[in-house]
Amino acid sequence: MTDVITPTTTGDGAHGPSVVGVARHEHEEHGPTGLLKWVTSTDHKVIGMSYMITSLVLFYFAGIMALVLRIQLATPSSSLVSFAQYNELFTMHGSLMLYLFAGPFAFGGLANYIVPLQVGAPDMAFPRLNALSYWLYLSGSITMMMGFLVAGGAAEFGWVAYAPLSNATNSPGVGPDIWIMALVLTGFSAIFTGVNLVATIFYLRAPGMTMFRMPIFTWNMLVTAILILIAFPVLTGALVMLFCDRHFGTHIFSVQGGGSPNLWQNLFWFFGHPEVYILALPYFGIATEIFPVFSRKPVFGYKGMVFATLSIAALSTGVWAHHMFTTGVVLLPFFSLLSLLIAVPTGIKFFNWIGTLWRGQLQFSAAMLFSIGFLFAFLMGGVTGVMLASPPIDFFTHDTYFVVAHFHQVLFGTAVFAGFAGLYYWYPKFFGRMLRENLGKWHFWLMFIGFWVTFMPQYIVGLLGMPRRVAIYPSYLGWQSYNIISTVGAFIIAASFAVLLWNLWISWRQPVPCGDNPWDAHTLEWFTTSPPPHHNYSHLPPIRSERPTWDYHHPDSPAIAHGEGRPPRGDKVLVSS
Amino acid sequence: MRNESLILLGVAIFFGIVGVVYWFTSYEDGGTTMLVGTCLLGLLPGSYYLFWHRRMGFRPEDRDDATIEEGAGEVETFPSSSIWPFVLGMGAFMLVLAFAFGMWFFFPAVGLIVTALVGGTAESRRGGHV
Ligand code: HEM
Ligand SMILES: [Cu+2]
Repeated sequence: MTDVITPTTTGDGAHGPSVVGVARHEHEEHGPTGLLKWVTSTDHKVIGMSYMITSLVLFYFAGIMALVLRIQLATPSSSLVSFAQYNELFTMHGSLMLYLFAGPFAFGGLANYIVPLQVGAPDMAFPRLNALSYWLYLSGSITMMMGFLVAGGAAEFGWVAYAPLSNATNSPGVGPDIWIMALVLTGFSAIFTGVNLVATIFYLRAPGMTMFRMPIFTWNMLVTAILILIAFPVLTGALVMLFCDRHFGTHIFSVQGGGSPNLWQNLFWFFGHPEVYILALPYFGIATEIFPVFSRKPVFGYKGMVFATLSIAALSTGVWAHHMFTTGVVLLPFFSLLSLLIAVPTGIKFFNWIGTLWRGQLQFSAAMLFSIGFLFAFLMGGVTGVMLASPPIDFFTHDTYFVVAHFHQVLFGTAVFAGFAGLYYWYPKFFGRMLRENLGKWHFWLMFIGFWVTFMPQYIVGLLGMPRRVAIYPSYLGWQSYNIISTVGAFIIAASFAVLLWNLWISWRQPVPCGDNPWDAHTLEWFTTSPPPHHNYSHLPPIRSERPTWDYHHPDSPAIAHGEGRPPRGDKVLVSS
Repeated sequence: MRNESLILLGVAIFFGIVGVVYWFTSYEDGGTTMLVGTCLLGLLPGSYYLFWHRRMGFRPEDRDDATIEEGAGEVETFPSSSIWPFVLGMGAFMLVLAFAFGMWFFFPAVGLIVTALVGGTAESRRGGHV
């Protein structure tokens, strides 16, 4: 089953937007069918879709766990779950959300599907490696979920698995081993996807698609991929060491044998802080695609955006030790300076987003609403994050609900608001049909309200001193009312996700076809058909700015692009769709 | 390839500097090792790309004024489908289960992995895939 991709000229390159045909895949129809077709597929679109579906299922699982936790916390001494079960649930909730949903949804799912399209490539650079990534991710996810089934239950040491809590004495049993092994599998899967994306972006761009014409989404995925290559090998190595400590008698992280528990924290956060940005940057990229399209303007400050992304990535790895302020072995001034500096490029991004919206012809589609929700949520999370980056405040609020509220605002703001913005935005590309816009708006407003109701009270109860990771709390401290509000909020969020399920169902059963480019969007992926054919393009427009599709469809509106982007001439030529 | 290599060399320079600062202010070897490793991660591919840029000059995808026609010719040979990634993935799955549950998963795991490696390599030689 080999397809040799050979672009052949069918247009006249000297006159305006010429169109190029690609001789294509004669073998497609003879391939395997049904389940075998899915199992053997190396098409980045099939793999990306599998990633998205799997990670959404895991998102719902993790959400149900969060509801159980919130019901438990609604009363001070509830006996819904035991202490051990509470620990298992928050560990699994956190691990699923971070490792199996937020990262893979954007990075394995959306990026896999969209990046090759955005740069004009027929597939990922290493299609079989790409398929392997998915199978490792799927089996890692199954391994993680198996933790609930084994004797002794799932891991209980939180998503950060601090030593010595995670050693064989404090966390005996198979559950923690399974957790470690699941992350080894998904770690490799992320590394392979990272390699693949870098190679695709460096080597498979269409002619004229220079680095500084790539869509911001692609840029952000490139930077994320580099961050993954920096951070994930450290995590995977640390996990292997942890496993050896637990089973093979090494003492890397235990004091008795001459090792050091702080080493775990050092290694873990070298991964963990970049991980926060590995989770955030792809979602920044999604929002940056959506704002210009629904403001009908090019993105404001394209190069500033790119350099902000690059410097966020660099700083994020430099600041890893700020999580260890309270352990006292690291250089406080150096790291708090770097962590405060990260606010500068983040601020630039914010400014550019506002600049893109400013004076635009705003269209409040569901995708746009979710992106604006992301701006608000992220702003709040960012402000409290800068507060936490200063050591005095961190000493005071460390391990309270203030921290829980902060990281939920950041993670929920990015992964959920911007992530679902991306789903609403690209769904027509995936299937050539629309999601129902009005249901999308219901989804948004319910989620937006539920989000604030859930997490604002947690800031207050954190300042009042409520520690995180507790299943019960004293009833005389006045904490309960805040916890009840928070639980009610969680159910509002849950209701919003029921609306999404309904939307997916009804849009599937009663399709509303929408053509190839329903949003009149800017970037290359909207040039091909929806859904795109096998190997993506039979024609490409000339690429003269970072908005090739827009330029092609609006030959007389001069691309007010950055740099040299000059509009193509208006000759009508062999049209693609 | 120039911008591509500059990005990676930028990674090398940044982490080189942070690594030096970190070492001379803390004398802590774990963190320094990671920073040096990251510096190398940027340096090696970055200088490799720069080397190729020097030899090849600007490719059509590096030039503002390139036309689509310049990309004509064979891009790459892409597989349409392959069973081996799945087999390899299941082998890896069983291998980690062997570490968690015991050795009876070990031998089928190795069997699957070896089969997949052999099968995948043979497929590449036949089809010229990546
Ligand atoms: C549906 C909305 C959500 C609710 C109601 C919720 C609720 C909770 C609760 C009750 C905890 C335990 C806090 C504690 O006892 O210390 C928790 C922990 C956590 N949540 Fe969420 N969560 C939600 C969404 C998310 C999302 C979207 C993410 C990430 C993408 C996330 C990541 C985490 C993490 C990392 C932890 C910490 C686990 C640990 O302590 O090891 N949550 N969440
Ligand atoms: Cu951090």
